[in-house]
Amino acid sequence: MTLIVYSEKCTGCGACVEACPFGVLSLEGERLVIGEGCTACGACVEVCEAGALALAEAEGPSPRPEVPPDGIWVFAEQRHGRLAPVTLELLGEARRLAGELAVPVAGVLLGDRVAELAPELFRAGADKVYVAEHPALAEFVEGPFTAALTEMAARFRPEILLAGATYVGRAFIPQVAAALRTGLTADCTAFAIDRERRLLLQTRPAFGGNIMATIITPRTYPQMATARPGVFRRLAEPYADAGQVVPVELSSLQEPGPCTFVGTVEEVRERLPLSEAEVIVAGGRGLKEARHFRLLEELAELLGGAVGATRAAVDAGWIPYSHQIGQTGKTVAPKLYIAVGISGAVQHLAGIQSSDFIVAINKDPDAPIFKVADIGLVGDLFEIVPALIAAIRRDRG
Amino acid sequence: MKIIVCIKQVPETDKVRLDPETHTLIREGVQAIINPFDLYALEAGLRLREARGGQVTLLSMGPPQAEAALREALGYGAESAVLLSDKAFAGADTWATALTLAHAVRKLGGADLIVTGKQAIDGDTAQVGPMLATVLGVPYVAWARKLTLTDDTVLEVERLLDHGYDALRVRLPAVVSVVKEISEPRVPSFKAKMQAKKAVIPTWTLADLGLDPREVGLAGSFTQVVRVFPPPARGASEVWTGDPQELATRLWARLKELGRR
Repeated sequence: MTLIVYSEKCTGCGACVEACPFGVLSLEGERLVIGEGCTACGACVEVCEAGALALAEAEGPSPRPEVPPDGIWVFAEQRHGRLAPVTLELLGEARRLAGELAVPVAGVLLGDRVAELAPELFRAGADKVYVAEHPALAEFVEGPFTAALTEMAARFRPEILLAGATYVGRAFIPQVAAALRTGLTADCTAFAIDRERRLLLQTRPAFGGNIMATIITPRTYPQMATARPGVFRRLAEPYADAGQVVPVELSSLQEPGPCTFVGTVEEVRERLPLSEAEVIVAGGRGLKEARHFRLLEELAELLGGAVGATRAAVDAGWIPYSHQIGQTGKTVAPKLYIAVGISGAVQHLAGIQSSDFIVAINKDPDAPIFKVADIGLVGDLFEIVPALIAAIRRDRG
Repeated sequence: MKIIVCIKQVPETDKVRLDPETHTLIREGVQAIINPFDLYALEAGLRLREARGGQVTLLSMGPPQAEAALREALGYGAESAVLLSDKAFAGADTWATALTLAHAVRKLGGADLIVTGKQAIDGDTAQVGPMLATVLGVPYVAWARKLTLTDDTVLEVERLLDHGYDALRVRLPAVVSVVKEISEPRVPSFKAKMQAKKAVIPTWTLADLGLDPREVGLAGSFTQVVRVFPPPARGASEVWTGDPQELATRLWARLKELGRR
């Protein structure tokens, strides 16, 4: 799409200049100038009363082909036979979208001996499960995973392909999109279907979460997106006990490829990864010393949660990087996020904005964290947190 | 060793906001900076060059003013820089960006290693690096915290995934993205900064890259932004003050209501 100006209709009123979210429109005298950076979002077209602006289909890479036959695919991320929770969340979301499009949902398992996971995918919402098993897929390496998923998508042709925006998903799904010559939207937090145009509307945060954007892939298939873990809901009831399992023989895996797995050098040893925790207790600069994280661990343990940290706390060496939440670390979406001694830098807030409920404990009443917190407690964390731990203990006897 | 480091000029994101009423981007006081994650990529590139010899070339696509970011980055000690700038590149999505960068890499005669930051702080997509690798037909490894060249053809990588850190061995040429654990960016030396000031940074246009206008920018993009809007406001905040004991008891009562037992 490109923005077109019918200059004979333009009255030079400037309404479009005001409305442009990217500030790329300007008036030179009465002549409207479209500057660099226009995304053809159409905001100006909506406000133009003179009808002087329109979006025209640009000559794209190709006209929109026929709708492919194979419905919605969800990449079923797993490691050593254990499914990533986002897989089940996405199957739940895929069911909802599939209902609107009247298409089936398929899960795609890549690994070495992973077929036994198929029933879990049927319960979570899949009608069909593709299984590609190969020793080169035993551990995650971008090359073989890209080759496998690209080959399968090219062969069976899904209309939509979704994956979790995990480290794994974000490492290789862009390569699959590029290989299939189609669009990809990163780290989505909402999906909808435009029924009229039969398009997947993909909504995601940008600019550190200060702006939301809705994106489409209008001309190519599959329409691809990665989705933020913890945001979408898995089905409340099991969908099916069984379904069609489709084993796939791959022809595209090179052996040995140019990139090989050597070994895992360090397993993060938390009992509960941040990406899977329903409760996260996180600490920032206000904790003052490494040993005070013990306080947060105690609270997290009582609440069945995990411990997170800000960049400041990690940079101070109080806690390893694997705990870091925010733009430079992990993005989380727990049901409950307790921010302790965290002022709320925008980079940190970007990583927690999808949390259901945020509690902030900070002694500075002007800390930005209080603006996003559902409940903010102004006070000394070294008094409040121990009192909270004591209150929970007392209550539980 | 030919190393290319990709650089993006970005607005300082903590300043970028949409006016909640007019839905327009508030641009006042928004400074353009080098994407902070790219400085880690640059540091990684410089260290490999120092270990093995060779040269580091900086590559960026953006409006003419993105030259400032390249010049600043040159001050860290890279040998050369190229800016890809053309009106036709405007509005590019990650695919069209990767395709344009790939043509520039080929025009540069290829590279042994291309290093990128983990993502850019404006778009946060982390997609251009892997797509670039695919267009070039070379392997890609994401989220490296450690890069070691065993010789000029094999790179050992330690990289972050959700479960921890894996070691991989990749035959060059390749594209890798690095996380901030790779090593703290250096402070630019005075000498390098002075040299950067005088450096000639060529600008390559569509014609220089031999691309068709339909392949780049908005026209060559597979995705399209249809709407931008401010994030949904969170529910009203309650702010409690008072005796810490009471605050704690009250909080626990509320958390229990929310289902935390």
